[in-house]
This record gives sequence, C-alpha cells and structure tokens, in this order.
Amino acid sequence: MRGGLWQLGQSITRRLAQAEKKVVASRCFASEAELKKTALYDFHVAHGGKMVPFAGWSMPIQYKDSIMESTLNCRENGSLFDVSHMCGLSLKGKDCIPFLEKLVIGDIAGLAPGTGTLSVFTNEKGGSIDDTVITKVKDDHIYLVVNAGCRDKDLAHIEGHMKSFTSKGGDVSWHIHDERSLLALQGPLAASVLQHLTKEDLSKLYFGHFKILDINGAHCFLTRTGYTGEDGFEISVPSEHALDLAKAILEKSEGKVRLTGLGARDSLRLEAALCLYGNDMEQHITPVEAGLTWAIGKRRRAEGGFLGADVILKQIEEGPKIRRVGFFSSGPPPRSHSEIHNTSGAALGEVTSGGFSPCLKKNISMGYVKSGSHKVGTELKIVIRGKSYDAVITKMPFVPAKYYKPS
Amino acid sequence: MAMRVWASSTANALRISCASKSSLYPSFSLSKCFSTVLDGLKYSTSHEWVKHEGSVATVGITAHAQEHLGEVVFVELPETGASVSKGSSFGAVESVKATSDVNSPISGEVVEINTGLTEKPGTINSSPYEEGWMIKVKPSNPAELDSLLGPKEYTKFCEEEDAAH
Repeated sequence: MRGGLWQLGQSITRRLAQAEKKVVASRCFASEAELKKTALYDFHVAHGGKMVPFAGWSMPIQYKDSIMESTLNCRENGSLFDVSHMCGLSLKGKDCIPFLEKLVIGDIAGLAPGTGTLSVFTNEKGGSIDDTVITKVKDDHIYLVVNAGCRDKDLAHIEGHMKSFTSKGGDVSWHIHDERSLLALQGPLAASVLQHLTKEDLSKLYFGHFKILDINGAHCFLTRTGYTGEDGFEISVPSEHALDLAKAILEKSEGKVRLTGLGARDSLRLEAALCLYGNDMEQHITPVEAGLTWAIGKRRRAEGGFLGADVILKQIEEGPKIRRVGFFSSGPPPRSHSEIHNTSGAALGEVTSGGFSPCLKKNISMGYVKSGSHKVGTELKIVIRGKSYDAVITKMPFVPAKYYKPS
Repeated sequence: MAMRVWASSTANALRISCASKSSLYPSFSLSKCFSTVLDGLKYSTSHEWVKHEGSVATVGITAHAQEHLGEVVFVELPETGASVSKGSSFGAVESVKATSDVNSPISGEVVEINTGLTEKPGTINSSPYEEGWMIKVKPSNPAELDSLLGPKEYTKFCEEEDAAH
C-alpha cells in the first residue's frame, strides 16, 4: 500500500503497488512528451520546480522550499500557484443558467451578477461527478472552473446534456478557455500585492466575487477565491501574459510571496478541510454526505430539478447514512484508505485524505464514518499498518479560514 | 520517489486514464544526485546504509533518500529483540506527504533502536548518517555485507537512477 524507499527510482503508485504487489511498473516507460505543459513550465524549471506528472500535466510538486516551509509561508505571507491545468469554461446564451442548473446543486439563478459559489455536478444517483466554482458573470454568461483530472468526463457530460438541451430549442453554447492560464495568489499579502498591478479597488471585491479587469496590462478574469482557506484570488490570464504576470506578482511582493507547488497546495487545502475530488468526493458520494448541503440553494431544495435530486433531497430530510468528518490522531499520519474503527474495534469507515499538518504540527485527516458516530469529540481508532491509533473527531476546518468578507 | 508516490496516487484517485498511468515516470528537472555518501558504509539499492563495527551493524536511510522524502514527521521502528531480514521491511518513515517502508540491508537481531527519533523524527533529515540512525543489528550472516554497494557504486547507482528519470 505504501511506497518503499526502494521505489525512489521506480514508477509505482501506492495504488498500483496495492493492486499488483509483485508487478513492478518499470516497463511503463513514459514519454515526458505526452505530458502537457503550462505556459509557465520553463519558469517553474528555472525556479527549481520539481516537475511531476499530474492529471496528464507536468506540474511542480514543490520548488526549492520544502512543503513544510511553503505551507507555512502561504499562511504567513503568500503563495503563487500555477493551476493552469484546471479547466476554465464559459457557458453563454440566454438559457445558460437553466441549462446549468439541471447539472449542479447550486442556486445559480439566485447569484448576484459578478458573484460565485462552490458547487457540485451530480449524477442520476445523487453522487458527485466533480466539484466546481461557478460564477455568474451576468445572466447570459457563466464562468466555471473544473478539476484537471475530471476535465474529459465533465466536458463529455456537459456536452451530452447541451446537445439535447439545444435540440429542444434551448440557447446555450460554451467556450473552453484553453487560451488562458490560471494563477492562484493566496495568503495575507495577496490583496496588497495584486493591488499594485490593477487600478480596480480590490477592497470592494469580497470572497466569491468576480470581475473582468486589467491586471498588469492583461485582460483578466479575477475571482476572490482559492483552495487554501486564506484570502486570495484566482486569476485567469491570457496565456501570452501569464509569465509577465507571475513575475510581476513575485516582484511586487519583494520575495515574500513564494512560488508554491502542488505538495503544499494539498497540505493547505487539507488544513482548510476542503475536499479533493477523487479522494474526499467520488461518484458514489453525495454532496450531503460530503458536508456540502450548504451549497444546495433553498430554492433548489424546494424545486429539485437537478440530476439525483430525489436521492439528495431525501437525504437532507432523513439525514445521510455516512458523513465526512475530520480527525486529529496519534501515531503516523493517516493516509487515504486507513480504516476507521470505533473503540470496540468495529469498522466505521475509511480515511479519504490525511497527513501531517505543517501549521498545527500534528496529524489531521478527513474521512467518512457512519452517522451516529460523527459528533465532534467522538473518540475512535484509525488503523495504520495493522496497529490502532487513538483519534478524535474534530471540527473542520482544522485551521480557521480567513476569507475576505464584508464586516 | 516518495513525493511522486503521493502525486501519482492522487492522480490515480482522480481517475486518470491508463494512458497517463504509463506516464508516471518522474520528470524532475534537477535530477542530478549531489547527496552526501560516506566512505566506510555499505549501501542498498533501496537507499539504506549500514555501518558494521565489531559485532554490531547500525542501519539508517541515506542522505539521498531523506532528500527525496522531505521533512520526516514520524518514524516507525521495530522493538528490540525483533529479527530483521535482508531486503525486508523493518519500519517506516513518514514525511509530510508520503509513507515509505525501510528495508533492512542485513539479517539479524535488533539489539537497539534509536528512541530519539520518536520525539525528533526530523533528525533523519538533519543527520541521516549520525544521530538519525534507526536500528542496530547483530548480524546473523555478516557475509551479506559483501553483496551491498560501496560508496562509489552507490553514488553511481543514484546518478543512474536519477538519470533514468
């Protein structure tokens, strides 16, 4: 299940190792050429980025700073992430909102123009196809960002529904923003650094807000959001301007905002108790089980009208059978698939994400347990390499969020 | 390498296609092995070192290994008196992002463990060959040492392994 030191030079994943213990994947000679590169690839390499394959892209997992240092610096100063592997798309047309609302749980019609929300694409069974941040630019323009690893299935899903929607006369079309790059600027210095690069007053742009504006001379989509729990922004920039913008952000911060890779990004989002699709959310997990009931608008609860609404609305009424919870634990850091037992040794569920928290200096994890065993303060056991370690259900997020909201 | 193990498992969790599974070879840009290797020690191809002095062999992980792992946050060790065998796992090291087995380069009985690593696992990063030792073993078959790599061979092995990526 785990990687050994002997794997230092071998391309085995933990799951491959689990499934085919004896089969060394050394025959899978990859060509790096198959991996997609972002507009900042050379910049990453020049800054000491350790490039690894991620969702079909060659992405920096870390730079010269360690994951621990990067995580701490994001919360103290700031981080700049290249997240151009994620897929931004626009839905346009006068019916784009009713179209999208068939596929997601959020009240998109109820969003004020220029604001957005975290939402979930659901399937017929109420399970999650992907999580996404959806922004209503205006009534006939929606901008959303979906996970890199889900891009193909998401686009196929949207396209399939779009074909049948338009064939019935609905007015919706899409544009996939492959001409753009996506940078995430996160941390307490994010706003002051970015303010140097735009004339727009960022103090009026609150968490979840969106604006199309000039940043460093480039026509950008700016969303005050992120995946760290800190205040910050995601900046969609035309790819030909991405390098200049990245350089300008680092320069304006006088070295305090550091390039940060996917390793620290995972630590940060775990500390913020944000779900990683594929770990904490899957096809068979409903948004209610995942603790995202808040993202199902009141009107949507009353009206339904999205895929799997019958299952999801029933769960809201009756309560889900399993729930996502957070843990502190002793011993080694729990990893995904560590078993969760009650103190009598009966199985309650599995860890879906876990690790050592650089900020709290202790083990944190998330996972699913049976309802009834989900209350904060419940003591239980997490099993790692055959040994049971003490764990307690803890409120989430583990590290308090610092989103910029009107006071 | 351990970090990659994490990234790959995440990629796997994200249901990345088989096509990209075959692309999991690392593409580290700075792939040269500049890590310290000490004379007088023997090395395994799974990146552990062993120092044989008198009747006792001390075992730890190499500077190269700890560099790839990143900050070690937890060390799992066997108990004194346990038997270990060459090439088999005797414990584990956990870094911020990954878990790795540690294999014994030599067979025998564990006569001492480095209990200091429980409180200060990061010692493995700061001093992999000195204070960061993991176990002391009374070898049952000292001839096993002959099959391990010397410092030069190990350095070459690391270079080749990194270059293959």
